[in-house]
Amino acid sequence: MTAESVAAPAPPAAGSELTDAAAAEDGRMWTNRLRNKFFGTFPPEKLLPDRQPAYVASWIYVFGVACLAALIMLILSGLWLTLEGPSWYHTTSTGHLVNSIHFWSVQLFMIALVVHLWGKFWMAAWRGRRAMTWITGAFAFFTSIGTAFTGFLVQSNFESQWIAFEGKDGLNAVGAGAWFNVANAGQMLLLHVCLLPLVVGLLVVWHVLLVRKHGVVPPIPLKHDPADELAPGEKVQS
Amino acid sequence: MSAARKASTDVAALPWAGPERRYDIVKEFVIALVVMAVLSVGLAVAFSSPDEKALTFKGWGTTAPENFYATAVGELAGTTESAAYGPPYQEGDGLAVGPLRPQKWMGVRIPVDAANDFVITPLKSQEQPAEVTSAIAAWEGATPDQRTAWATAYDDAVQATADADGALHPDQAATGDYGPVPVLAKALTGMAASGALDGAMVAQGSFYGTTDNTKQILFMGDGSYLDDAATAQNLQGNTWGMMNGTNSYPGQPWLWWASFWYQIPTFNPAEDATTTTSLQDNADAWIFYIIGVIGLVIIFFPFIPGLRSIPKWIPVHRLIWRDYYRKHGNAHLV
Amino acid sequence: MSFHIVAGSLNNPATYLSWGWLGISLSNLVVMLLTVAIFVLAVLLPFPHHEEDDQ
Repeated sequence: MTAESVAAPAPPAAGSELTDAAAAEDGRMWTNRLRNKFFGTFPPEKLLPDRQPAYVASWIYVFGVACLAALIMLILSGLWLTLEGPSWYHTTSTGHLVNSIHFWSVQLFMIALVVHLWGKFWMAAWRGRRAMTWITGAFAFFTSIGTAFTGFLVQSNFESQWIAFEGKDGLNAVGAGAWFNVANAGQMLLLHVCLLPLVVGLLVVWHVLLVRKHGVVPPIPLKHDPADELAPGEKVQS
Repeated sequence: MSAARKASTDVAALPWAGPERRYDIVKEFVIALVVMAVLSVGLAVAFSSPDEKALTFKGWGTTAPENFYATAVGELAGTTESAAYGPPYQEGDGLAVGPLRPQKWMGVRIPVDAANDFVITPLKSQEQPAEVTSAIAAWEGATPDQRTAWATAYDDAVQATADADGALHPDQAATGDYGPVPVLAKALTGMAASGALDGAMVAQGSFYGTTDNTKQILFMGDGSYLDDAATAQNLQGNTWGMMNGTNSYPGQPWLWWASFWYQIPTFNPAEDATTTTSLQDNADAWIFYIIGVIGLVIIFFPFIPGLRSIPKWIPVHRLIWRDYYRKHGNAHLV
Repeated sequence: MSFHIVAGSLNNPATYLSWGWLGISLSNLVVMLLTVAIFVLAVLLPFPHHEEDDQ
């Protein structure tokens, strides 16, 4: 199926009642416009490509999907914790294990995120109209830090007490504390399990769709192309 | 390609027209998921996770009763940090950076009245001996000025009992006209030591109580019990506490660029300093603005000339794409 | 159900390293060094490549 065939409405079959006017009316429908726009930009072979440019051949490229995998471990362990309630992990060893998985998934997620960020920085991955890919990624990074922050606050242990007590000062100083009360465990819990994961999830989906849309950024051209120094007919070393 | 076309075409924005390779992204994703699952479960089984028990008013009242007592007096006198914090808890100016005063502008959205919320209301939440009931009545029946006079006089007297280590000895306080304050403080200390205060602060007089622990956090932070426990775990701001976890667990190493600012003398007064600068007094505001600016720089990096050229000047990319350069040079890149 | 913790050895007071105003817990330092090491290895190690994958 090509992009062209999904973009345009099917031509009327021989003998059908669909006139040009009707086809035009179809084309004005919000449903059709949205569907054509989305699948025009993201045909299946672009959403799940089986080829990449030849330059995608470095271990640095696996850290985006590593972040995604760690995020999934966070969500799965987090879902288990939500099923049992916020105090469960203090009182059972299974609960403590699930909490530990959640805790170490954060560390793994942040390590993968930082390595991914460094890689994208050194590749200047915002080139070629990919600024939004960088921006959505950066926002996802900072929202993740905020999500982790609320996570520390809802542990209902000593660390939560201290982080709430200290964190309030910086947030109050810039006026945010009036709205985002780190000592309000109920508010922090709802932010941590509901609002913030939703925001992170949406940013990550947007970010990945942008990578699919624009493709992986090509290499920065060398200042001195080895090909420039070759004699006519000579090839770059293979 | 002509020079004119070269100048106007952003080659990196064009669909890739060069050599490709098979790349199984679904397989890669599944492998990544398995690796992360094994690592996170493995680390969890090997190292568990931190869970230092929350401090309680009972713990404070039993292990550091003098400090609790003195803090209770301070709450009645309005001399503790949280009694006169300013917005969002009480009216006040808050911190400022130049003309920026958002702490004040946002107003009092989380009202806290330390004397009532931390002392009088909890005492009234349970039956008290006659002496305490009379003390509460005397406090509530007095004018605000009278209350202030009693409480600040007693607060001064208690603070004056500090020894060389800074520990307070309220039982050695000079006698004076302190009204019901000593009885109230002693009753609250007893309530804390018995465990009743923990319950009263959460229940706030109702069945479901509150999930908002503002009052507990503020009250507990006013004394040395919480503070000393944090110091013991290297969690103070000026020992990179923002980054640290409890015991030997990793904390939040990704916050190093925020934690850093609390270490520098500009914002962090020396131990023996007798005066503080405006920057130090308003450090929390300054530092959070700095953190905000750093965040904006990172988010809008592609638009910052100079900074966005660093990857070209320091060519780590020559390592990343060495295979492609060796085989194809600049083919399809220009 | 109980899980035997193999090396639950992190529930002891932190080893804290400091040089002047620079201070870091050993565990945070390990995480930071590990992150740098992973980045360096990711850039340097060759990525699997089979001739038949090329188009």
